[in-house]
Amino acid sequence: MTVVLRKTQIVVEETFHEGGPAREQPRQVGSIACVIENPFSGKYVEDIAFFMEELQPLGLQAAGQLLSAMGGDSSQIDGYGKGAIVGAGGEREHGALWHVPGGYAMRELLGDTRAIVSSTKKVGSVGTRIDIPITHTNAAYVRSHFDAIEVGISDSPQVDEIALILVMSCGPRVHARVGGLQSQDIKGEDGLR
Amino acid sequence: MKSQVRKYQVVIEETHLEMDKNIVPPVRKATAIAVIANPLAGKYQEDLEVLMEIGAELGGILGAKAVSALGIEPAKAESYGKAVVVGENGELEHAAAILHPRLGAPLRKAVEKGAALVPSSKKIGGVGTPIDVPLGHKDAAYVRSHFDAMEVRVSDAPRADELMVCVSVTDSGRPLPRVGGLKAEEAKGEDGLR
Repeated sequence: MTVVLRKTQIVVEETFHEGGPAREQPRQVGSIACVIENPFSGKYVEDIAFFMEELQPLGLQAAGQLLSAMGGDSSQIDGYGKGAIVGAGGEREHGALWHVPGGYAMRELLGDTRAIVSSTKKVGSVGTRIDIPITHTNAAYVRSHFDAIEVGISDSPQVDEIALILVMSCGPRVHARVGGLQSQDIKGEDGLR
Repeated sequence: MKSQVRKYQVVIEETHLEMDKNIVPPVRKATAIAVIANPLAGKYQEDLEVLMEIGAELGGILGAKAVSALGIEPAKAESYGKAVVVGENGELEHAAAILHPRLGAPLRKAVEKGAALVPSSKKIGGVGTPIDVPLGHKDAAYVRSHFDAMEVRVSDAPRADELMVCVSVTDSGRPLPRVGGLKAEEAKGEDGLR
């Protein structure tokens, strides 16, 4: 079984301000969505886990493309997230196939990342949008980095497709000021603080 | 900068497969968007010069961002389009002032040449409003394979006092064009039409 890619969409947002003081360097958030054929669409298949390994090259390719669209410097990335929209012929469990290859790919690319990659998934139709949660790459409790980006593709996913999504970000929310653990105070040992 | 930019968004779409046919090389479209303050929001002003100046500035900036997102030489750009979504405290004429008088010339520089009209669309809308940016061949408007569009939206824009300015550039036409008409390789590209 091979991975059949129909299309990719990359979005990079640069925000200078949100009503407060404008930054010199904007905050970047980027997403990549890879729309692939769902090989398990239309029927219940018990054994699907083997497909995770087949998704690994796509994960690495997607993470690389996204990083490159965001300037290519992995040391600037300190937030990430992932998700999937499964076309209506599939099940949520098919979206869960992305956890390992998607997360592995970003960790591989970004180096020292200890925090869990936050994620979300849903079953949807063409044009369905999804909010991908974002958290700090090294310490999940860094409050300034809790965020999300909305992703959607106007012609995807079709019934027998899955949109597999990776997200990366640089820096805190543009006017972060609700306290909590700060990124400069993290220990970065347990992935939490 | 004349424009007070709150954020930029750049979207790149690559299509590798359409109706089970491999598209080699993939067709690619990019849209660069600037979310800016609308200096004329909330009041009627006869003179729209300030918006025309912003249009001139953004034509170059967004054209260059879209071309750079595609990773191509400017001359390799094949089609283009432009659009504005006006936040609810503005008027449609604000979109017209950005788009029509001065945005085209710097955009054409960013894609080299550009003899054809830049197709456009505009509307008033709230935060998260999508807009379909029309696309046409940059040197010959009648090239039928390049009639297309790209839907874009920014989930947190435009706010009531903002404008969302979009410029789209592609390096290709539709994935499987087969409805005849003038072909890109037959176009003369002199009068902007054929």
